[in-house]
Amino acid sequence: MQINIPYATETRPDTGLHNAKLGIWLFLASEVMLFGVLFSSYVLLRVGAESWPRGADILDVPLGAINTIILIASSITMVRSWTSLLKNDFKNFRLLLSTTELLGVIFLVVKCAEYRLKFEHGLYPSGSTFLAIYFTMTGLHALHLLGGIVVNAYHLVSGKRQWNLNPEKFTHRIEAAGLYWHFVDLIWIILFPLLYLT
Amino acid sequence: MSLKAFHIFFISLSSLLSFGMAAWTIFLKNDALLGIVFAILAFFLVVYGVRFLMNQKNVSFL
Repeated sequence: MQINIPYATETRPDTGLHNAKLGIWLFLASEVMLFGVLFSSYVLLRVGAESWPRGADILDVPLGAINTIILIASSITMVRSWTSLLKNDFKNFRLLLSTTELLGVIFLVVKCAEYRLKFEHGLYPSGSTFLAIYFTMTGLHALHLLGGIVVNAYHLVSGKRQWNLNPEKFTHRIEAAGLYWHFVDLIWIILFPLLYLT
Repeated sequence: MSLKAFHIFFISLSSLLSFGMAAWTIFLKNDALLGIVFAILAFFLVVYGVRFLMNQKNVSFL
């Protein structure tokens, strides 16, 4: 017996949203609270500290800058993979989503290299309040990016089957995945100047 | 808010960051190379954002 879930493809008349979009925005609202707490903690720790180091003196600004460019590029490929589906171009979708995946992996590799450099110089989370909040915020961000990579990998592997089964529903799923990816990128756009430049 | 609207918001914020980063590296850090890279990125993002908006006229903001 097949169960038809309402509003999987069509929009609800009262909200104007389909299930995937409503679900992802509720999830992103909880994520805003999570990162909001961390940003608030950063501000409170910083204003309460007797002295606070300049991020640019401790952290590797060029590596952070490279990662910023990588994430901006990945958001462009992510949104273009979605617009490819709107144009019924599945082949281009696969290519662009694979590129997004690759850029996400490169970001994590650069982040790992940056962490390794810090550890080699004896800079650990226990070293100072600044380093503790730096590793906590960037580490949590990296975990979120890893989650996005896993979700996109699932869409790459099972995409053809889902597309053939219900193209409209699959397009909604990719839009939801794209909204999450953009949220994670947006967090980095705030983290980079906050930690590296100030 | 659709992915189109969120993307426009993200690109706007990224171009602002890139302009700021370019100014910071050139005038405060004296790192011309990184500054030029971010200045080019900022201009690219503005042009890309406008073109994206024009190409996706039929897609809803909601």
